[in-house]
Formats: sequence, structure tokens, C-alpha cells
Amino acid sequence: MTRALPTHALLGAALALSLLAGGAAAQQAAGQPSGAEPEVQAPVPEVGPGRGRLGPGQVPQTNEPHAPTGMPAAPPPVAAAPTPVAPIPAPPPLGDRNQADAAELELQAALRGERIAGRITIPNATAANLIQPAGREWREFHNRILTWVGGVAVLGMLAVLAGFFLIRGRIRPEAGMSGRTLLRFNLLERANHWMVASCFIVLGLSGLNLTFGRHLLLPLIGPEAFTAVSAAGKIAHNFLAFPFTLGLAVMFLLWVRDNIPNRLDLEWVKKGGGFIGRGHPQARRFNAGQKGMFWITILGGGLVAASGYVLVFPFTVTDIAGQQAAHVVHGLLAVLMIAAILAHIYIGSIGMEGAIDAMTTGEVDENWAKEHHALWVEEEQAKARAPVPGAKPAGAG
Amino acid sequence: MARMKFLCDSDRCIECNACVTACKNEHDVPWGINRRRVVTLNDGKPGERSISMACMHCTDAPCAAVCPVSCFYTTADAIVLHDKDLCIGCGYCFYACPFGAPQYPRVGNFGGRGKMDKCTYCAGGPQQDNSPAEYIQYGANRIAEGKLPLCAEMCSTKALLAGDGEIIASIYKERVQRRGYGSGAWGWRTAYRETLPA
Ligand code: HEM
Ligand code: SF4
Ligand code: SF4
Repeated sequence: MTRALPTHALLGAALALSLLAGGAAAQQAAGQPSGAEPEVQAPVPEVGPGRGRLGPGQVPQTNEPHAPTGMPAAPPPVAAAPTPVAPIPAPPPLGDRNQADAAELELQAALRGERIAGRITIPNATAANLIQPAGREWREFHNRILTWVGGVAVLGMLAVLAGFFLIRGRIRPEAGMSGRTLLRFNLLERANHWMVASCFIVLGLSGLNLTFGRHLLLPLIGPEAFTAVSAAGKIAHNFLAFPFTLGLAVMFLLWVRDNIPNRLDLEWVKKGGGFIGRGHPQARRFNAGQKGMFWITILGGGLVAASGYVLVFPFTVTDIAGQQAAHVVHGLLAVLMIAAILAHIYIGSIGMEGAIDAMTTGEVDENWAKEHHALWVEEEQAKARAPVPGAKPAGAG
Repeated sequence: MARMKFLCDSDRCIECNACVTACKNEHDVPWGINRRRVVTLNDGKPGERSISMACMHCTDAPCAAVCPVSCFYTTADAIVLHDKDLCIGCGYCFYACPFGAPQYPRVGNFGGRGKMDKCTYCAGGPQQDNSPAEYIQYGANRIAEGKLPLCAEMCSTKALLAGDGEIIASIYKERVQRRGYGSGAWGWRTAYRETLPA
């Protein structure tokens, strides 16, 4: 438009002159407020800046051929056509022009573990992956590795525990029960422990059902009943994830103080925790074995929970590779934790007399406590003997 | 018995999305679910190729192998189907599928996965053929009517071929021979462990 302006300005000036000559009446007839530019429509609608990936849109200026002004320029010197030194080879037929060969690309992508991805017009980023060869490894993991690791870990642990029970039997306090008790876990600690434990059991069973159910349970109860069980398991697994995670956090805050590893733990480990041979290594509130269980629960459970949330909210934080990795972490750590917790359940129940009381009534027998947590008992008794701050000593005037 | 397959001739596909639209319409596929899609590789660069992709109905299907409730079955025509009444929407088939074919309505816990949905090769599901119940769950059953999948039928350039593997392979080979080039059958190595001449 800008370039068309001079022409319009000239026209306008001519019009103005004729109007001046014609007088006021003619001015009215023209129907134009004096001084205003006549409205001119652009010959081509203007194109705004493009919204796509093309960058700023083109703004066509005019359709008219551009008339050169001034002296005609001298014709450009005609360059002499280069004499070909070598004959130009004919292009290869289309088929030989390095065509992308689907089978070859798929093979390479599979070998490199890469995805073949492109552009898609639907608002679903994961759909842009044409082929993801990693699915094959994930299948291998889920169907073979996880089944084997899980099976060996869980059955192996059960076998070890059964063997230990046969050899060692139930561990009893050497001095017998004293009948006197002291408080080991308060109500909050016990309630939180059982919240985590019950969630863990349901999470573990519903998870194991996904790994082993179709081999073990499906043939027994048939597809409809198995789906009913598994669907309920999925809902339970998804919802119990939240109290489980909350419980882990509370457990961490309650017990982390007493679970920092120290030199006593080395001693405890050297003496085999009192499981092997006689004589009890000293320990404060938690011995090295219990500290290990604490950190397995906190760190393992934390990772299982984090990877689990990735699975519950698929593709919100990661892509297909991330989902597969989250599943691998979740599945492997879960079965290993289940094995570890089996040992914990054993030693807390049939494996050791007096241990379960700590988590039921919270009161443990003094002899049990002295054998397993001698230093803790001393600390507790010292605390009990210490004068209550602010209280007057007895007999003081 | 036929061994049903899909073949997308990417030298013909013009990314018009007619197959996608035909599929969505034929089966009344809900919002957010695409049983078929068109992916463009090397967009805007030399060697650009568009490929229409859906479930390939794999040989030794990975989805069926990993499903924790074993809800997949294969028809006599080697079409891979699943039973939505048994599916629990765990998402495992999507992790295993090389082509991203399984789709999930966002109706599960926390807006997560509902029961899986995928291309049925226009063969419905385990319900009575062409019953309203089958249509609601799986869409139309053209195979039961003796027809092939609608996406391939609708393809404007006949890039997408559906039918017995041997027949569509021979059509493709003939094309490649005539025009002198072809980039091969996308997904065939992965899905069927076989390759066609480039
Ligand atoms: C705390 C948060 C947790 C979350 C959010 C979570 C979430 C999930 C999800 C989403 C799946 C995929 C299957 C499905 O959708 O049901 C899964 C599978 C599984 N989970 Fe969890 N989970 C959690 C804790 C646990 C715990 C504590 C255990 C073990 C005791 C466990 C054991 C398993 C197992 C064994 C599987 C199946 C693996 C397989 O066979 O593929 N999960 N979990
Ligand atoms: S393409 Fe995916 S969903 Fe279809 S049969 Fe193969 S693995 Fe299963
Ligand atoms: S989402 Fe459904 S069909 Fe897919 S693996 Fe899970 S249960 Fe099987």
C-alpha cells in the first residue's frame, strides 16, 4: 500500500483542485469529507503473522507488476555457459536413491534401542511414536525376569525361614520372662506401624496377583472371578498407595532419630546379631538388623511409592520409556521388599518370643528388652530415675 | 485360512487421515481414542514419509503375552482381539506393544486408565456378532459380514491395504516392481518378522 500512495496523493490533489473550482455544491456531491484520504482496499487481503511453524507470515504488497522508474538499467552481462569438463552422470533411478527402507530402519532402531517417531496431528504426544522396540525388552522383563526374581526371592525367603525355624526354633529370652514390662512403642507408633503393614500386605498381594495370578489363580477360579479379584486388587492398589505413603513419612519422622547407623551396629553385625551362636551384642533402641529393616522400608518403600505414582498417573511426568523404567523399578523393588518383609514378619511373630508384644500392647518384657536392647533399657531406666524438672525433691522443705 | 494383515505403502500415503476418520466414524470411537493414526516421519525434510498405523495384529502378540488377566484371543484369521469384560485397564499391553496401539479412556481411578480399546480389524469382540452389545463395546463387525476393514477401503490413494497377508504382499511387490521403488512395509519386521522388498 505504501508504494501505491503517491499515485493516490496525486489523484487526490487533482480532485481537490477540481472541487475548488466546482464550488461547495460539487463538494457535497462528491460525498467525501474534505481532507480525508479516500478509502482504498488492499488488492490482496493482508496475511497476519503465521501461527504455525513458518514464522512471520508474508505480507503481499501488490498484484501489479513493478514499473521501473528512471533510466532503464543496462542489461546484465550474459555469463558464458560453463563448458562441462566431465560429463554429468544421469541421476540414479528412484529405487536406488538411498530410499528409507522400513525393514532396515526397524532393525537398526531395534538394535540401538531407539524409537521411530514422527509428527502427528492429534493432541496425543505418545501417538507420535511409530515403533518402540523397547516393548520387547519390557515384555522380557515382565514375563521372565520379574517372574523369576519374584518367585526365587519370595519362595527362597520362605524356604530359608522354614529352615531357620527348624534349626534354631523359637528364640526365647535366656533368662525367661520377668513379668515386668516397659513401654517400647506408644500408641501413635503402633497405629502407624499397623497402617503401613496392612497397606503393604494388600499392596503386595494385589501386586503379586498381577505377576503370578494368571499362572496360579486364574486356572483355579476361572476368568470372570479372576478379573473380579484383579479389578478389586487394582482399585485397592491404587487407593491404598496414599495411606501407605503417609505412613512411611510418619514412620520416618518417628524413628529416624534412633536409626542412624553407628559403631555399635558393626559389633552387632560381627556377632551375627545373636542369631548365630550365643551371646547378645549390645544395642540401643534399634539394633543393626532393625535399622536395616527401617532403611529398606523407608528407601525401598519410597522408591516403590514414587515409581508407583508414575504408573498410577501414566504419561503425566514421563514418556513410554520412563513408564517402562518405572514399572521395572516398581516390580523389582516390590518383590525384593516382600521377601525382606517376610523375614521381618517371621522374626516379629513365631521367630522370637516376646517380640510381638512391642507392636500389640507396646509393653515388652524387661528380660527380652535387656537381652536385645540392653543400652536402651539403661537409657529408659535412667530417664525414669531422673528427677522431673520443676518437682521438689522428696522431703525438701 | 487367511492370515489378516495391514500394509501401509508409505510412497502412496498422503496423510489425508481418511482412514482415521473412517475408523472413528464406523465404530463410534469415543473422544480421545484413536485406534488408527497417521505418523509423518522426517516432516518437511527430504525422505518425508507418512504411515498410517493401528494395531498390526502381531504374530506372537506382545500385548497378549503380558496381559495379567490373559484377556486376549486370536481369531482363525489371526486377528488379535481382547475381551473388555475381563480387561482391568492396567496398561501393560501399551508398554509391550511396539506400535502404541492400545488406547485407554480416562475413566479409571484418578482419571487414569479404563478398559483398553484398540483396533479390532473391524472384527468386533467376543460378544454375539453384530449385536448392539458388541457394537457398543467394540464397534462394527465387518469381518462377520464378509467385508474388510473400512480404513483400507476408504484410503484415497490405496496406500493402506488390508487383507490376507500373501495377497496384499503380492499387490505391494507388483507396485514396487512397476514404479521401480518402494520403502518397504512399515512394521512388518516388528509385527510379523518378515520383510518385503524395498
Ligand atoms: C505406595 C505406592 C504404590 C503405588 C502408587 C503403586 C502403584 C502400582 C501400579 C499403578 C501398578 C501397575 C498395575 C496397576 O495399575 O494396578 C503396580 C504394580 C505392582 N505393585 Fe505397586 N504401588 C505401590 C506400592 C506397592 C507396594 C508397597 C508393593 C509391594 C508390597 C507393590 C507391589 C506391586 C507389584 C508386585 C506390582 C505388579 C508388578 C507386575 O507384575 O507387573 N506396590 N503398583
Ligand atoms: S500391534 Fe500392539 S496391540 Fe496389536 S497385536 Fe501387536 S502388540 Fe498387540
Ligand atoms: S490393559 Fe487390559 S488388555 Fe491391556 S494388559 Fe491390562 S488387563 Fe490386559
